[in-house]
Amino acid sequence: MNANTVSEIITGILILTGTLFCLFSAFGMIRLPDVYTRSHAATKSTTLGVLCTLFGAFLYFWINDGYVSIRLLLGIFFVFLTAPVAGHLICRAAYVTNVEIVQDASKVYVKESDSD
Amino acid sequence: MRKNLLMLHTVTRIVVFIILAFSVFLFFAGHNNPGGGFIGGLMTAAALLLLYVAFDVKTIKQVIPFNYTTMIAVGLLIAIGTGVASMLNGDPFLTQYDRYVTVPVLGELHLTTALPFDLGVYLVVVGVALLSILSIAEDDA
Repeated sequence: MNANTVSEIITGILILTGTLFCLFSAFGMIRLPDVYTRSHAATKSTTLGVLCTLFGAFLYFWINDGYVSIRLLLGIFFVFLTAPVAGHLICRAAYVTNVEIVQDASKVYVKESDSD
Repeated sequence: MRKNLLMLHTVTRIVVFIILAFSVFLFFAGHNNPGGGFIGGLMTAAALLLLYVAFDVKTIKQVIPFNYTTMIAVGLLIAIGTGVASMLNGDPFLTQYDRYVTVPVLGELHLTTALPFDLGVYLVVVGVALLSILSIAEDDA
């Protein structure tokens, strides 16, 4: 196994992990009951997913083309820094405008599964 | 409710520098890579707008005392000036000159007169974007 194959396996695993995390985040957006839990799903796992995807692209171009992309590193740092704060601000705006918190999420799921 | 936007303020202070640095990078990358005066100017305007949103319009006006109307005028003058400079040299309007210059620290650079023209575009874009947004924001009547 030469370096090219190893790099392709590593970047492939990283990018697949990233897309999977984004998919889980989308499931969370559909399944979870209120703004706060949805924000929890959206900010955390999408941030990790985007970071994994960008880092996979960074490693691929570094190993295969010998091109160290500062822009990708800066993008990783930028998303890591700003996405949680964006989630925080959205949750805060929801709380200030008195958006209801679902107290017992399990009851919501039980109701949905009963009606199906 | 008392406003305490500590998270927003702290992150804005860090992030604005990243955006400004990236906008300058885009501005200089325009000749050989995607980028240029227009997108660099928009990005600078976005960074300044983030400051205006995160803090207060009055506060930022004290911190960054730019007059965006004069900024538009200066940008247009620079863009016209690069055109007129080639006319003074005996060539048609907006003829582009380029030269390889060796600078002590940076090494050999390919300098063109397209860069000052792009600087004019940059200043006009920053000025127009911020002037239009701020004049809407300040419309209290």
